[in-house]
Amino acid sequence: MAEAGTLAPRDAGPGTRKDPQPPAWAERVAAPLIALERVALYYGAHAALRDIDLRIAPGERVAFVGANGSGKSTLLRVLHGLLPPTAGLRRVSAGGGRPLRFAMLFQRPFLLRLSVQANLRLALWLGGWRGIAARERCRLALQRVGLAGEAARPARALSGGQQQRLALARAWALQPDVLLLDEPTASLDPSAKREVEQLLAEFAEQGTTLLMASHNLGQVKRLAQRVVYLEHGRILADAPLAEFFDGRVAPEAQLFLKGELPW
Amino acid sequence: MDPFVESVRTAFALIAQADPRLLKIVALSLGVSGTACLLASGIGLCAGAALAVARFPGRRGVLVLLNTLLALPSVVVGLVIYLLLSRSGPLGSWGLLFTPGAMVIAQTVLVVPVVAALTREAVESSWLQNGEQLRSLGAGRWTSGLLLLWDERMAVLTVLLAAFGRAVSEVGAVMIVGGNIDGYTRVMTTAIALETSKGDLPLALALGVVLLGVVAVLNAVISLVRAWMARVHGEGGAPGGSLHAETRMRTAGG
Repeated sequence: MAEAGTLAPRDAGPGTRKDPQPPAWAERVAAPLIALERVALYYGAHAALRDIDLRIAPGERVAFVGANGSGKSTLLRVLHGLLPPTAGLRRVSAGGGRPLRFAMLFQRPFLLRLSVQANLRLALWLGGWRGIAARERCRLALQRVGLAGEAARPARALSGGQQQRLALARAWALQPDVLLLDEPTASLDPSAKREVEQLLAEFAEQGTTLLMASHNLGQVKRLAQRVVYLEHGRILADAPLAEFFDGRVAPEAQLFLKGELPW
Repeated sequence: MDPFVESVRTAFALIAQADPRLLKIVALSLGVSGTACLLASGIGLCAGAALAVARFPGRRGVLVLLNTLLALPSVVVGLVIYLLLSRSGPLGSWGLLFTPGAMVIAQTVLVVPVVAALTREAVESSWLQNGEQLRSLGAGRWTSGLLLLWDERMAVLTVLLAAFGRAVSEVGAVMIVGGNIDGYTRVMTTAIALETSKGDLPLALALGVVLLGVVAVLNAVISLVRAWMARVHGEGGAPGGSLHAETRMRTAGG
């Protein structure tokens, strides 16, 4: 594992990592849903993530930003548990001894060659829902995203925006504690983007923890409460939304905000 | 009249008259190859889907072996099955040598690698693209494999067509283990070989035409099914992620 603190900038701002001390947010998040401690992830010799310390509190809305290849999507996968870290610890706790429920929305949702309803029922079946409860949950989820009228249509015949709404319905139906979003609106037109964002905001209002990787800073402002800036697999800034966009963060993050990040 | 033209005319006459000898041979051929494909599908589809999602030491070696078996010579399969089923062989007590059962076994062995290798390719391609999303929904590896196998059913149809083509057109294995016994184990390919050597070209040609016809009809049916499924699922072209596998199927099959 790389030595801690080597990338912490000298003139670090309030939201900046100050290794080896825990990040500011770590102190505020007393009982985290997810905690990563000194996490690293390597692909061969390439470090996709290094020295990641992160705590996610229940109900938080956190955006991960950074240039392409900075490690945002990888970090989401580690938080979800889809990728096991090469080093460090990942702890999850939903409280009450029950497992933490995750759902993830990808840029291009994978829908099976089945009807809209069958795709949803399949996800519910995988999530342990059976019988009448599953049928009712399916109906509610389709209603919620405005696809009740499309239940019998082939899922792959839906438009891009509708497919993403179906993926959202699939996520919502599973009643996740944490909803992870990997560029969920990157391939959508503005109208579909707005629809999906509106649904995400509704999820968040219900208390679902939202963790999103996004290039869209406008979307980050609309949906997130906290912003984590990554560069070369390291967290260089972790700050509340206002602090981050006011520029009270590491110089690298300021450069990113100005769109002046070198390639 | 030209002997070739005369043979072709006689061949079509045999088909038009539904010659009982011809029909019996065709029925046995379809029965043996159909049963072999059914058995091979049960084994090959599961093995292919499992290999697509499984990761274990030596997997690469297994895949090389499986792909090598795609080109397995049918006479070698015939010889091995002959040795196993012969009276002095380990399975001699089954009494299957020179029966349609032995021919089914030989063709199954011949076709399993075709089904498994091509299914593996189709499912793995989809697994690499979409496996992560299935896992995020809570599907384990094996469940994902089966789901993707179902999702790639259009590609699987092409695999099964290739497998049937391989089985119904092979001659070496069924000749060795079936013995080409008239009215009992004589199938289209062995009959063609025999009638040609005897100089009875009309029957050989008639069988050849039927063989081609069977494969053509199957191809047409599967094309129609694929087109219907694509329309039902709102997809215009070939299913995503399977194009490469399907191209290979077309070149490797038969």
